[in-house]
Amino acid sequence: MDCSHVFEFKVKRLIVVFALFLAFLSVSSGVFAQADTAVVSADTAVTAAHVEGAHGAGHGEKKFEPTKVIMEHIADSHMWHLWGHLSVPLPVILYTPAGVEFFSSGNFHHGEHDYTGSKNTYRLVEDKIKIVGADGQVDEAASSKILDFSITKNVAAMFVAIAVILIIFISVAGAYKKRVGKAPKGLQSFVEPIIIFVRDDIAKPNIGHKHAKFMPYLLTVFFFIWINNVLGLIPIFPGGANVTGNISLTFVLSLFTMIIVNINGNKYYWKHIFLPNVPFWLWPLMVVVEVVGVISKPFALMVRLFANITAGHIIVLSLISLIFIFKTLAIAPVSVAFVLFMDVLELLVAFLQAFIFTLLTALFIGMAVEEHH
Amino acid sequence: MELVTPTIGLVFWTAVAFVCLLILLKKFAWKPILAAIHEREQSIDEALNKAELAKHEMARLTAQNEELMKEARAERDHILKEAKALKDSIVHEAKTQAHNEGAKLIEKAKIEIENQKKAALAELKSQVSTLSLEIAERVLRSQLEDKAKQQDLVANLLKDVELN
Repeated sequence: MDCSHVFEFKVKRLIVVFALFLAFLSVSSGVFAQADTAVVSADTAVTAAHVEGAHGAGHGEKKFEPTKVIMEHIADSHMWHLWGHLSVPLPVILYTPAGVEFFSSGNFHHGEHDYTGSKNTYRLVEDKIKIVGADGQVDEAASSKILDFSITKNVAAMFVAIAVILIIFISVAGAYKKRVGKAPKGLQSFVEPIIIFVRDDIAKPNIGHKHAKFMPYLLTVFFFIWINNVLGLIPIFPGGANVTGNISLTFVLSLFTMIIVNINGNKYYWKHIFLPNVPFWLWPLMVVVEVVGVISKPFALMVRLFANITAGHIIVLSLISLIFIFKTLAIAPVSVAFVLFMDVLELLVAFLQAFIFTLLTALFIGMAVEEHH
Repeated sequence: MELVTPTIGLVFWTAVAFVCLLILLKKFAWKPILAAIHEREQSIDEALNKAELAKHEMARLTAQNEELMKEARAERDHILKEAKALKDSIVHEAKTQAHNEGAKLIEKAKIEIENQKKAALAELKSQVSTLSLEIAERVLRSQLEDKAKQQDLVANLLKDVELN
């Protein structure tokens, strides 16, 4: 890995932010790791208990299981839970070997009923759609063949975020057209400094004079992550989904970054990977290291965003769960105070993660397009 | 493990949605916004440059004015000095001339006076001689009215004249 570019970083304050971020990452990932092990160990027990009493137990006075609640929130879902027993059914789209199935997730009645579609009978198990065989049991072999393209909670929340982004920026663009050459006003003056920040503090120092070509991608990634992060912090309906804390989404974003970096890599970039400037007998080793570096950089982006946002959601939910674990209102003020603190922190993290993702993307692009004279 | 396994559905929708968002924003938002910001920045830069130029021009003009003022003042001082010198020289000359003229006049007057005096003296002398001649004539005539007296006189004169 060529780290010299990182160390030669021109803007000092970015280094400071970067250091802060690393410090924060280590803290939050530590918390996450702890939470994760706890979750995993508890999860197995919970799953076992859940499976035992899943059918027929009904809606009795159930024991509160924080792990289950938290994991249900963190994971994706085929319905968008509002409150109590009320949830918004979302469309289910299945690609099965027999053909495409399209129906509403409301047909599952919160997983209590099976639904017989035109091709198969489906059952919702642990929020996964499975095919039920003729004998009334889940047919795992057939289930593994279906591809689930449903509009899940995360997809719907992402669409909401995209709608918000489009409304904001197309109206801002309209304002620019209407007020040519004048000072920004209203939403425009809120958005403009951020756009200029992305351009002057992220794109220009890292990419240099070729930054204009990459501005649309950097700006889109930045605002996409940021708006999704912020919407994820809103506890009520249109927000609250753990969109950016889902590995699928961060996987796609980092995949795009990897594609853009490697498509735009110039001959120096590729020479650096396949003919590194080291004694020839080190080449086998260095080429492997460099190739791993190509993949590990976006991989780190993927995990960083996912882990930070998921950790934030887990912490907030854990703090709220304290009230129900202790079964007393007396703990509520403490919980709320901590949640307030965490929410404010998450607001910072929401921005910081969008910033870091964009910054590192710009850095990688900059390393790929850099000219060596 | 489920938490860190990407699911095909979300990957697919994210990819589709993100690409759509990127294309839409690029076309309808980033292009006009970045162009407008760039244009505005350029116009601000231009305005600032112009202001800077105007400032320099202003400073130059002020300096020039100052220079002109200085020059004018120096010119004025010079002219004043010259005028004063001229005045002094004129006054001096006039004085000298007047002095000379006066001296000449005085000289002339003196000569005239001298001449007049000489003439007067000459005339006086001639008149005195005439008068004395006349007086002498008259005295002689009255003295020499009779013969006796003439005799006396001659006798006295002869007495005075001692034959030495």
